[in-house]
Amino acid sequence: MVPIAYYLILAAVLFSVGVASFLIKRNIITVFMSIELMLNAVNLTFVAFAHMWHQVSGQIFVFFVMVVAAAEAAVGLAIIIAIFRTRQTLNIDQVNLMKL
Amino acid sequence: MPASYLWLIPLLPFTGFLINGTVGRKLPRALVSAVALICTAIPAILVAWLWAFMKSPGAPETFGIVSQPWIAITGFQVNFALSVDHLTLMMLGVVTGVGFLIHIYSVGYMAHEEGYWRFFAYLNLFMFFMLILVLAESFLLLFVGWEGVGLASYLLIGFYFTKDSAANAGKKAFIVNRIGDFGFLLAMFLLVQHFGSLSFAQVFGAISANPDWQGGILTAIALLLVLGATGKSAQIPLYVWLPDAMEGPTPVSALIHAATMVTAGIYMVARCHTLFDRSPYALGVVAIIGAATAIFAACIGLVQHDIKRVLAYSTISQLGYMFLACGVGAYEAGIFHLMTHAFFKALLFLAAGSVIHALSGEQDMRHMGGLRKHIPITFWTMTAGVVAIAGIPPLAGFFSKDEILFRAFTSPNPLGKLLWFVGLVTAGMTSFYMFRLWFKTFFGPEKFNHHADTHDHGHTAHAHAPHESPWIMLAPLVILAILSVIGGWVGIPIAFGGSDEAEHFLEPVFAAGVANAASFGLELTLAAVSVLTAAIGFYIAYIFYYKKPGTASVLAEKSPALYRLVENKFYIDEIYNTIFVTGLMMATRALLSGLIDTVVVNGSGRAAGASTRGLSKLTSRIQSGNIRSYAGWLALGAAAVIFVMVFGRTLWTH
Repeated sequence: MVPIAYYLILAAVLFSVGVASFLIKRNIITVFMSIELMLNAVNLTFVAFAHMWHQVSGQIFVFFVMVVAAAEAAVGLAIIIAIFRTRQTLNIDQVNLMKL
Repeated sequence: MPASYLWLIPLLPFTGFLINGTVGRKLPRALVSAVALICTAIPAILVAWLWAFMKSPGAPETFGIVSQPWIAITGFQVNFALSVDHLTLMMLGVVTGVGFLIHIYSVGYMAHEEGYWRFFAYLNLFMFFMLILVLAESFLLLFVGWEGVGLASYLLIGFYFTKDSAANAGKKAFIVNRIGDFGFLLAMFLLVQHFGSLSFAQVFGAISANPDWQGGILTAIALLLVLGATGKSAQIPLYVWLPDAMEGPTPVSALIHAATMVTAGIYMVARCHTLFDRSPYALGVVAIIGAATAIFAACIGLVQHDIKRVLAYSTISQLGYMFLACGVGAYEAGIFHLMTHAFFKALLFLAAGSVIHALSGEQDMRHMGGLRKHIPITFWTMTAGVVAIAGIPPLAGFFSKDEILFRAFTSPNPLGKLLWFVGLVTAGMTSFYMFRLWFKTFFGPEKFNHHADTHDHGHTAHAHAPHESPWIMLAPLVILAILSVIGGWVGIPIAFGGSDEAEHFLEPVFAAGVANAASFGLELTLAAVSVLTAAIGFYIAYIFYYKKPGTASVLAEKSPALYRLVENKFYIDEIYNTIFVTGLMMATRALLSGLIDTVVVNGSGRAAGASTRGLSKLTSRIQSGNIRSYAGWLALGAAAVIFVMVFGRTLWTH
C-alpha cells in the first residue's frame, strides 16, 4: 500500500510545475496546458484522500472538476482562436488589453 | 383612586397634538378646534376632580404614580414618576383652567388664520409639556417638561415664520433659554454626584434628614437652579427674550406669559424650597434678582408704545415680584401671586388681543384712544384686569402683591426693608403704566386710522370701524375678569378678617407661614401705604394721559437723554448684541471658520484625498493587464494563506 504522503507529494510537485510553467511560459496554449496540469494535481489529491477515507465524495468532485475543465477547454480554445485571429500572436505578454 | 387617572392629564393634550399635528391639515377647522378643546377640557375636569379628592378629609397630602424605571444604571435610577401635592395642584389648576380659556379664545382669534391646525397642535403640545413639568416627581422629568415648553414656545413665538422678526424672536427665546438650561443641567449633575438621585422625594428627604447641611454645595446647586429659573421666568439677566416673544399670536402671549412657561421658574424654585432654605446666600440672590427685575422692567414699561410690549414688561416685573417672594422665603405668597397674576395677565393679554382685533392689527397705543364706546365689553373686562394688577383692593392683585410686600418687609433678610421699598415703588410704577395703557387705549380722542395694514393676523378685509370681538373671544375674557376680581379672596390675610385660605392650602408643602397676631397692625399699615402708592400711580397717569395730555411729552423733552435711554430699554439688547452676539460671532468666525473649518475640516478632507490618490497610484501598478503577473500575485497570496494556516498557530501562540 502506497502511503498517502507520496500521492500528496506527487500532487504538490505537479501543481508547482503547473504554477511555474503558468508563470514562465509565454505561449498561451502552454499556459492553458499548465492550468490543466494544476487541475489534475488537485484531482490527484481528491482521489488520494477519497481512497484514504473510503468515501466517494472526493471521486465525485474529480468528475466535476473534469467536467468544468472540459468546458473550459472548449471555451478557452475558442477564445484562443479568436485572439489569434485578431492579433496574429499567441504571446501572452502582448495580450494585455485589460491594462488600465 | 385618582392616581390611575393621573396619566390622562398630560396625555390628553399630547393626543390632541398628535391628532392635529398629523392629520389636522386635512380636517375642517371645527373638528380641529373640537379636538384641541376636548383634549384640554378633560384634563381641566380631571384636575377639578383631583382637587376635590385632595381637599376631602383623610386624603393624602401627596401621592403619585411610579412607572417602570426610566434610566437605570448601577447605583443610580430615575423612574418615570408623577406626583401631586398641593403646590402641584394649584399649578395644575392654573395651567389647565387658564389654558383652557385661552384655547377657547384662540378659536375665535385664529379663526381666519392660515395654519389653524398647526397653531392648535402647538398649543396642545405646550399644555402637555407644561403639565409634565408640573407633575414631574424628579428633576429629570421636570427638565423634560422644561425643555418641552421651550420647544413649544419656540414654535409658537415663531408661528408666523415667514416674518423675519417672528422667526428671530422664536430663535431668541430658544437660545436665551438654553443658557438657563445649561445652569439647570449643571445643577442636576451636582445633584446626581452628591445625592445619587434625581427624585424630589429622595433629594429633599436627604436634605431634611440632615439639618446640619448648610450652604456649600447646596448653595452651588441652588444658584445653578436660579440661573435656569432666570431663563425660563425672564429675570435679569436673561429676560430679553420675553418682550420679543410678543411676535407670536396674542393668545400665545397670554399662554406663555400668564399661565405656563414663565411660571415654570417660580414653580421650580418653590418646588426646591427645601434646598433653597438651606442657603441664605442663594435666597438672597433670588430676592435681589427679583426686586431688581421688578423695578427695572417696570421702568421700561413706563414708556413703551406697543400695547403688548407694555404687558410683556409688566409680566417680567410681576415675575420679579414672585422671585422676590421666594427670595424672602414666602413661597406660598409667590405661588399665590402666580395664581392671581395668571388670571389678570391672561385677561390683559386676551383683552389686548381683542383691542388689536378690533383695530385690525394695530398695536401702537399712539394710534388708539377713545375705544371705550366701540368695544365696551373688552373695555370693562380690561378695566378689571388693570385695576387688579395695579393692586387696588379688593381685586385679586392687591392681596397677593400685598402679601409679598408684607413678607419682604418682615423678612429676616438684612435687605428686607430695601426690598420692600423697591417693591413698593414698583407697585406705584405698575399702577402708573397700566393706567397709562388704559387711558391711552380707551379714553381721549380717537386716533386710530381705519386702514391699518400691519395686521397681526390675516383678515384685512374688514378693516374699518372698530368692532367688538365675537363671543367666543369675549366669554373667556368675562370669566377671567370675574376671576381677577374675586380670585384674590382665597388669600385674604387674617389681618383683614379673612382666613388666608391660599396659604393654608399650600401649608403641607411649605412650612407653616408666619402669621403672628402682633404684626396685624403693621400689615394693615403696609397695605395702606401700598394702596396709596397705587392711587398715586393712577393719579399721575390720570393727569398725564387724561387731564392734561402732553405733560408726559413735556417731561420727556426736559430730559431727552434719560427718556431715550428708557424708551430704548436701556440699550440692553444692543449691549448684549455687542458683547455676546458680536463677540461670539467673531470668535466663532475666527475659531470655527478660520481654524476648525479651514485647517481641520478642509485639511483632513484634502489629506484624505491626497492619501487616497497616492495609494491608488501605488496600487494601480499592480493592474498591469499582464495575466502572468496577476497569476503570480494570486499564487503568492495562496502561498501566504497556506503558510499562515500551517504555521500561523505556532506563530501566534509563541
